[in-house]
Amino acid sequence: MARKISNRRLLFFTIVAWGLSLLMFFPVLWTILTGFKTEAEAIASPPSLFMFDWTMDNYAEVRSRSNYFRHFLNSVVISVGSTLLGLVFAVPAAWSMVFSPSRHTKNILVWILSTKMLPAVGVLIPIYLIFRDLGLLDTRTGLVIVLMLVNLPIIIWMLYTYFKEIPGEILEAARMDGASLGKEIIHVLVPMALPGIASTLLLNVIIAWNEAFWTLNLTATKAAPLTAFIASYSSPEGLFYAKLSAASTMAIAPILILGWFSQKQLVRGLTFGAVK
Amino acid sequence: MGNIHLKNVSKDFFGVEVISGVDLEINDGEFVVFVGPSGCGKSTLLRLIAGLEDVSAGAIEIDGRDMTNVRPAQRGLSMVFQSYALYPHMSVRKNIAFPLKMAGESADVIDRKVNEAARTLNLSDYLERRPGQLSGGQRQRVAIGRAIVREPEAFLFDEPLSNLDAALRVNMRLEIAELHQQLKTTMIYVTHDQVEAMTMADKIVVLQSGIIEQVGSPLELYHHPKNRFVAGFIGSPAMNFFSGGAALEFNAHTIGIRPEDFVLSTETGKWQGAVGIAEHLGSDTFLYVDVDGMGAALVRVAGDFAARHGERVYLTPAENRVHRFDGDGLAI
Repeated sequence: MARKISNRRLLFFTIVAWGLSLLMFFPVLWTILTGFKTEAEAIASPPSLFMFDWTMDNYAEVRSRSNYFRHFLNSVVISVGSTLLGLVFAVPAAWSMVFSPSRHTKNILVWILSTKMLPAVGVLIPIYLIFRDLGLLDTRTGLVIVLMLVNLPIIIWMLYTYFKEIPGEILEAARMDGASLGKEIIHVLVPMALPGIASTLLLNVIIAWNEAFWTLNLTATKAAPLTAFIASYSSPEGLFYAKLSAASTMAIAPILILGWFSQKQLVRGLTFGAVK
Repeated sequence: MGNIHLKNVSKDFFGVEVISGVDLEINDGEFVVFVGPSGCGKSTLLRLIAGLEDVSAGAIEIDGRDMTNVRPAQRGLSMVFQSYALYPHMSVRKNIAFPLKMAGESADVIDRKVNEAARTLNLSDYLERRPGQLSGGQRQRVAIGRAIVREPEAFLFDEPLSNLDAALRVNMRLEIAELHQQLKTTMIYVTHDQVEAMTMADKIVVLQSGIIEQVGSPLELYHHPKNRFVAGFIGSPAMNFFSGGAALEFNAHTIGIRPEDFVLSTETGKWQGAVGIAEHLGSDTFLYVDVDGMGAALVRVAGDFAARHGERVYLTPAENRVHRFDGDGLAI
């Protein structure tokens, strides 16, 4: 039986939820607003939230100073590319762990996840040297590979959770019906797990889009995505908050819009398995 | 042809043996039912034949060819699963067509065979629907349709009716039996329901703890069970067993008498007891009789037999219908 929540409790939880949401969104809102201030207003004390002279100068300057669309394109290629490449490896990996498990599967899963606990800086030098020797520094290909490797554990875990929900008998039926392993995955598993795969894709595109450690350390100019574009506004001459905020707003806008339109899919993906 | 030969087949999962040295010969066109309690290994045995599990030892031959290490699809078998295992994202038409598509058949052949199977199974009106829009019985028919179109050497059914309600189960049972008559193809059918086994099978294989207890026709198993397990498992309601003095009279450790093999009288008889619960089914009445010094006995009498709770009655076993078992439970 569903538990009834009293109106007062509902009101309390609604206020708490809104409060927490606003608290989390405030830095983003502040960044967006600062992008429309002058540099002087941006650092004024006390700061003003809305009562300032709105200006588009920062955006104009950011556009004239850097090639936004090149960074944007790099971000798209790197985040989507690394996620798609990750799916190519993760789908068969998750398939084998769900539908053909061994007694070590659980240990392997935990080991895969444990690689996420390793501080990235711990492997920066070896990866940097390998990339230098392979000529992958400041290339989109290099970043696609490294971000794929970084996010692969999450992709495998998410897909593992979704595939767990698919009855094994359906795949066995496909096998009886003459489907090879590849056809079984393409014709049966993937279409059935499509909502889960879409959630995984969205979430990982967002994570890869926002990734700053590797993108800053392994790129210079050619393959630099929007994270590097933002960082370029923190210069040795000092921080120009208004321009930095304008650049940040331009960098996060695409992913915010994507997140807004796909929030239903994302929420479903993130709570999958937790509630049936 | 659909001759299937299991030679000393064993299967273990991580060291736990679930099928031990099974030898079985299934002839072309036979309707064979694997029956046994939960966990007896009947589904595992079917999956070994299908190729969905690898055998740990032994061999599986189909039509004289060793298929032990051959992939499921190459064995020429079709399987109908307990959960139907339909592809939920495909229409009925695409579900039935799937094995043909995988076999690389042309669109014309696929269309013809799908329509033919749909006609046979009364599914023509539902071809464009998704499995989610069908009833349980219709889904089961789609699963059977998907199995038929491949024109397999043998059909494997893994408890296909256990998700259906009682009335539908009887209908589907008849439909599968009719299908067998029509196709004359070997069918191997797994069930835990001994009524299904008795009504459908040419040959029943009774399994317990991964070994075959007995193989035979339904009536052979009913009348001549090899051991106490088979005697108790086959037949509904189950056979009554008595040990002690009553059994010694028949030179046995235990005797078994089926509920219909008692002659019941209110005046005279071999054993005396008091009527407990009476279950009136209309055609028959089942009486639970507490027999003096022997324990409870279930007796089948005519539907109109009137018996009051606590009434004293006499029971006499029908001649030549007493099954005798030794101390190891083997029939004497």
